[in-house]
Amino acid sequence: MPWSSSLPRLTEIGARTRSVLYLASCAALLWLGFVAGSRAASDGLGEKLSIYSKAANYSLPIEQRNGQDYVGLLELLDPLGTVSATADHSHWRLHFYQEELEFNDKKSKVKMHGGDLTLPADFLLENGRGLVPVSSLSMMLPRILGGPVEFHQAARRLFIGDVQVHFTAAVNSATPPSLVMNFSSPVNPTITTEPGKTRIVFAREGVVAPASPLTFSSTVIRSASFTENNGAAELAVNTASALTTSVSADRKTIILTPVPQVAQVAPPPPPPAPVYGARRYFAVVDASHGGSERGAALNDDLAEKDITLIYARRIRQELEARGISTLLVRDGDMTLTLDQRANAANLAHPAIYIAVHAASQGIGVRVYTALLPAGNASVGPFVNWNVAQSGYEQMSRDAASQITAQFQAKQVPVKMMTAALRPLNNIRAAAIAVEVAPQGDDVSGLTSVTYQQLVAYLVAAGVAADRTKLEASK
Amino acid sequence: MISRQLVITLIVLLIAALAMGFYAGRMRAHIVSSAEQAQGTPAPVAPPAAGPTETVTLYVAYDDSGSVHPRAAQIPLSGGRQQRAEGMLRALLAIYLERPSPHVLPPGSDVRGVYIVGATAQTPTLAVVDLNEALADGHRSGVLIEELTVASIVQTLTANLDGIQEVKILVEGKERDTLAGHADLSNMFDAGAVSRMMATAEGLPVAGSQSRDF
Repeated sequence: MPWSSSLPRLTEIGARTRSVLYLASCAALLWLGFVAGSRAASDGLGEKLSIYSKAANYSLPIEQRNGQDYVGLLELLDPLGTVSATADHSHWRLHFYQEELEFNDKKSKVKMHGGDLTLPADFLLENGRGLVPVSSLSMMLPRILGGPVEFHQAARRLFIGDVQVHFTAAVNSATPPSLVMNFSSPVNPTITTEPGKTRIVFAREGVVAPASPLTFSSTVIRSASFTENNGAAELAVNTASALTTSVSADRKTIILTPVPQVAQVAPPPPPPAPVYGARRYFAVVDASHGGSERGAALNDDLAEKDITLIYARRIRQELEARGISTLLVRDGDMTLTLDQRANAANLAHPAIYIAVHAASQGIGVRVYTALLPAGNASVGPFVNWNVAQSGYEQMSRDAASQITAQFQAKQVPVKMMTAALRPLNNIRAAAIAVEVAPQGDDVSGLTSVTYQQLVAYLVAAGVAADRTKLEASK
Repeated sequence: MISRQLVITLIVLLIAALAMGFYAGRMRAHIVSSAEQAQGTPAPVAPPAAGPTETVTLYVAYDDSGSVHPRAAQIPLSGGRQQRAEGMLRALLAIYLERPSPHVLPPGSDVRGVYIVGATAQTPTLAVVDLNEALADGHRSGVLIEELTVASIVQTLTANLDGIQEVKILVEGKERDTLAGHADLSNMFDAGAVSRMMATAEGLPVAGSQSRDF
């Protein structure tokens, strides 16, 4: 073949090769994006350990190290009592009330009063933070806490003391028959329906499996199954028709009743829809700062990020005690941007967002609403990110007023004002920030459990007092 | 045989080269001497603004009460609006740098400049305040403490310069997310909203709406 005639063919081959390479690159990028997206999604879901105790019900993120599940020991013990830890090179010393434990990085032996303990895997010290294998909790916690601990390791549910919520379930003889479930303590589950099944998820309550099997002699409500997984319990009720749900005032009884069948001539009923509890989180509590962003140095030892997390957890606990479902934006020491915090809050579609700050200056509590910036008008249907709070300002002020009133009633110094404080202006719901300062001159007063509980109680009481208005906004 | 004209030309060029070399040497010595003088002595301090004094209202932050209060001050002000604005803010910062101070700012805090952008039909009057690094980097961290600094700066400008509607705060000529971790500097401040912010907190009159001395 003469060279001149082979040239176009070579060019054609080159073009084809380029096309193939281009397509391959696109496919590779898409695959990488998919993998990264899947990873991010799984990270977002996250594995967690749920802890149920008389002091608080809470959850902590599980961290994978060397193929083992680990959890931060200080974070675990923090809501349970007075705890502190000091790190010195590879040595980590933990104090819980009178108990003192000594750990060493990458060692399994733990020194403690009453005899040493050997963990099933090494203790890890990371940036001053002590991580213990989750599998060690059932042997270690009874020694530290001095009481019984029940650990459902496969489901990652830890019960400290006699805190299990038991329940009975039976189908009554009414027409139509209803499934009546009685719980030993108030519950606030998320309930969703789908064809043939109603799911009741207990994310915060220590509900445990019933003693008797969940099979019923009804043709409409046939059976139910109880499962535990990743720090939550789920009761799935198998039904032949859609169910409606009612909850007693004391939240100890849930009744599932079949929807009455309608005649054929009647318009078709709407498709099964989420009923009670299918709502999103009512409140989002955001412990400001975190991770590499320490916030204010309250004193030589106290970083704002640690104090805000403690107060945020207590506020969540108080809100949940009032039946207000609450999401913590961060439940550990992690770095989040202000945009990430705003996105997390807006995606949860809450009725109220509460940012928690701490300060060493002044006394008492300051409650802020957003000071919206100038020159950021929304255009048409597009909401300007910087003034997303527009339209919610009055609701925010109302909520702030209710919380302020609670503090005034208890004679805790309180001030209410606006502040140019992100991400308040980016939130599409009532949004406030609570800045906690000590009651006196001593900044270490912020670590007082009594003061923490008082502040959390009053914030939650304020939200509860404004609940009707906030619910209407949702 | 070298021509006579070529010899004369070479001699003239040689003399010119020597003269240039001598001149360059003198110039170098002069520059070195000036630089040494500059290193050995402090930079000249800008003289205080001359001219007649004027009564202005400074909005002074008080940490104890967590509020901003107007305070009358006699300060020399001259030049245009920008120079007057800088003078007022320097007088305000001077109060914070005194000891004892109602609202402590770090040593070396200063205003690098204030720029006022005139209003048009489409854009409101904007004051751009450029703070120095010492003020921002050494500022105490906390929502209230940072908001007090911002509010006192914005209110002092709006109370004394007519027509300022928006204020933007820069640090060393650059945008900054927050003053010290809390007060948002990424957006512009609505002057009226800032005035109302502190007024509603304390039940004070809104800045710019009163003229009496305190």
